[in-house]
Amino acid sequence: MENAVQPVLRCTGISKFFPGAIALDEVNLELYGGEVHALLGENGAGKSTLIKCMTGAYRRDAGVIHLSGEEVSPANTKDSQALGIGTVYQEVNLLANLSVAENLFLGRQPTRYGFVSQREMQKQATEILQEFGLSINPAELLSSFSVAIQQVVAIARAVTLSGKVLILDEPTASLDREEVDLLFSVIRKLKERGLAIVFVTHFLDQVFEICDRATVLRNGRIVGSRILADTTQTDIVTLMLGRQLESKVHDRVVSEGGKKLLELKQFGKRGVIDRFDLNIREGEVVGLAGLLGSGRTETANLIFGVMQADHGEALLRGEKISLKAPRDAIAHRFGMCPEDRKTDGIVGDLSVRENIVLALQARQGWFRPLQRSKVNELAEAYVKALDIRLASLDMPIRLLSGGNQQKVLLARWLATNPDFLILDEPTRGIDVGAHAEIITLIEELREKGMSLLVASSELEELVAYSTRVIVLRDRRQVRELKGDEITTQNIVHAIADEKTDQALRETA
Amino acid sequence: MIRSTHLPLVITIATFVLAFTLCAWQYPSMLSTRVVANLLTDNAFLGIAAVGMTFVILSGGIDLSIGSVIAFTGVFLAVILRDTSIHPLLAFAIVLAITVAFGASMGAIIHYLDMPPFIVTLAGMFLARGAAYVLSTDSVPITHEFYDTLQSLYWKAPGGGRFRLTGIFMILTFLVGVIVAHRTRFGQNVYAFGGGQATARLMGVPLASTTIAIYAVSGGLAGLSGIVFSLYTSAGYSLATVGVELDAIAAVVIGGTLLTGGTGFVAGTFFGILIMGLIQTYIVFDGTLSSWWTKIVIGGLLFGFILLQKGLTWATTARKKPATDFAAQS
Repeated sequence: MENAVQPVLRCTGISKFFPGAIALDEVNLELYGGEVHALLGENGAGKSTLIKCMTGAYRRDAGVIHLSGEEVSPANTKDSQALGIGTVYQEVNLLANLSVAENLFLGRQPTRYGFVSQREMQKQATEILQEFGLSINPAELLSSFSVAIQQVVAIARAVTLSGKVLILDEPTASLDREEVDLLFSVIRKLKERGLAIVFVTHFLDQVFEICDRATVLRNGRIVGSRILADTTQTDIVTLMLGRQLESKVHDRVVSEGGKKLLELKQFGKRGVIDRFDLNIREGEVVGLAGLLGSGRTETANLIFGVMQADHGEALLRGEKISLKAPRDAIAHRFGMCPEDRKTDGIVGDLSVRENIVLALQARQGWFRPLQRSKVNELAEAYVKALDIRLASLDMPIRLLSGGNQQKVLLARWLATNPDFLILDEPTRGIDVGAHAEIITLIEELREKGMSLLVASSELEELVAYSTRVIVLRDRRQVRELKGDEITTQNIVHAIADEKTDQALRETA
Repeated sequence: MIRSTHLPLVITIATFVLAFTLCAWQYPSMLSTRVVANLLTDNAFLGIAAVGMTFVILSGGIDLSIGSVIAFTGVFLAVILRDTSIHPLLAFAIVLAITVAFGASMGAIIHYLDMPPFIVTLAGMFLARGAAYVLSTDSVPITHEFYDTLQSLYWKAPGGGRFRLTGIFMILTFLVGVIVAHRTRFGQNVYAFGGGQATARLMGVPLASTTIAIYAVSGGLAGLSGIVFSLYTSAGYSLATVGVELDAIAAVVIGGTLLTGGTGFVAGTFFGILIMGLIQTYIVFDGTLSSWWTKIVIGGLLFGFILLQKGLTWATTARKKPATDFAAQS
């Protein structure tokens, strides 16, 4: 289709290589004035790399960028700002200790006789903010306003500085619904002014609400571009998850599970995850599915006490317990392997042996050290049982491969003999062989009667081992799938929020 | 409405007024221009150095070298006036150039080598002190008629108080400091710096020139402070003003500037200096108290102000304004 209007920004054949990986592979992107363009994709799809290439934060390895018909190549973010490309990040990049007006005008304050004119600055700031629908006193400190207002101030600064292209990188990630509305009203105004806006988010509802066009990236390539008025959420989710729809048939043991182990009633935390009910029985694997940012990790963290719930109660075997900190959870025989293995899981410089006994030792208390012989016995037993491949128990864990690190983390919790184990993305970033072993291990643990809660973005994997799958979307539990309902298609449809049976008919 | 950042300043001023009232109530003779004039004269050198320290702390840094720079300046002036026949004004210009360059090079090292200011200025502290020792280990008296002229300049206020040139110099320094902090782009950049370096850079604040300028200002003001100190004592001694940098930091913090940077006022530091001077004056008036009580009271005050700042930080984060209240009807 020939478009009569010339795009404001046109990227052609953008490629970016990192050592050992292709982050962007010949990506083309066209942004039109007066249009909100959603950039979608799972983690590692290349969204942020593309944005960084556009703003000059990264040097692209190939490709050209045309801005208003002219070829540009910004060398840094300041450069791209001057050219007309403004960016607003998820964390507000403004100075909380300065006033709103000072933030808007930092580096280009109106001056009189060489001195900054506070009065003129306040006046101009009030005018600018009014344009953005904010009637606040610009002399007040930025930190006295909520994140949403700060976001709008950041947008105001970016637009007044740049004014051609506005890139919004997950601006709504930490906002609640009313704040999102405020932000969207600002975005609509800017759209009318003819700005080309890029909107990066994980919330599909918001994409359909505010955006006109969506481009989906996967593994550094554009897999599709859609006009959102003519498309469905299922279509977009299918594009994003891609290969996972080529579903494989797994042999699944359907088990009902035993007695009720953990019961969460109206558990939740404002701005993190909506209140939810969750029951977990003995010998049951409950899968948590959903796109990135849908609340999988948040659910896991809340149950393990990493974050504290501000509402609801937890019952363990019918008795009320408090889960205010990981220590509480560990005391109740919970265990958790976190999503970010490197920062939250392993202690890189400690030996494999020390990493394995860490949780057990912590539960025992530091004044009753485990005997050296017992530690060795434990470590050796788990290394053997989980088939952890290493040169010696004394080597620092950071030298192990991802899969082996994950197994050591599993061993750490298994050593505490937990009743309930939470696994957040247990197979991320590990090779195929280890992947299969971890899945087998999960099944073995379940057969032994342990309860597991597994959050994963790999749908096939969830289908393989889950006895139930809970689907999350926009920080809300939207569906629970049981028994034969658990298929990758059904999970995708639940994520896309369409009636499962209707979707089933379509695929059939 | 008082902005929450203004509150520490208000409290500092209130503390000073309260303390002065209590002192005057106990010793009515403290309520004289003579005491006020001495308060300014005795603390002139510390006040000037504290202005520089305020900028450094506002930017989130620290400058430990100023005490040594003051001593070096004094010894340098004494030696150069003893051994050569140049005019003191020229000597002042030379020593100011040296101290500005000294501060600027510390700033350059902090920025380009990405070193913590604490370590760099600690090295600067030893360097400047060592340089002072090299020039002379003894106390060198300054005898020059120009010095006598400067020292004899004062304005005699009714009540017998003599407002000397050095005290007026300090007040001028504070006035210029206030204007630079609030009415120039450099001043705004200093605040931006203290708010967060990474963010400030993203917002286009020139990191290198700002860092260098901040420490150059601090070094230069330490030099000026050294000149004032030499006028005050008529001598240069390499063992003088040990630990003055810590007094300056205390004055800045008592003045309501956040040690982590980004929040505070140059004017607050002025009252910080006055409060510290007042405690000393009170002890002189009392006559029975050991002068170490000054340190104890200042220690207590510092604690109090740190707690106050912590409390204010909590209070401001606790009551963030909800977004919807401020959205204009559109």
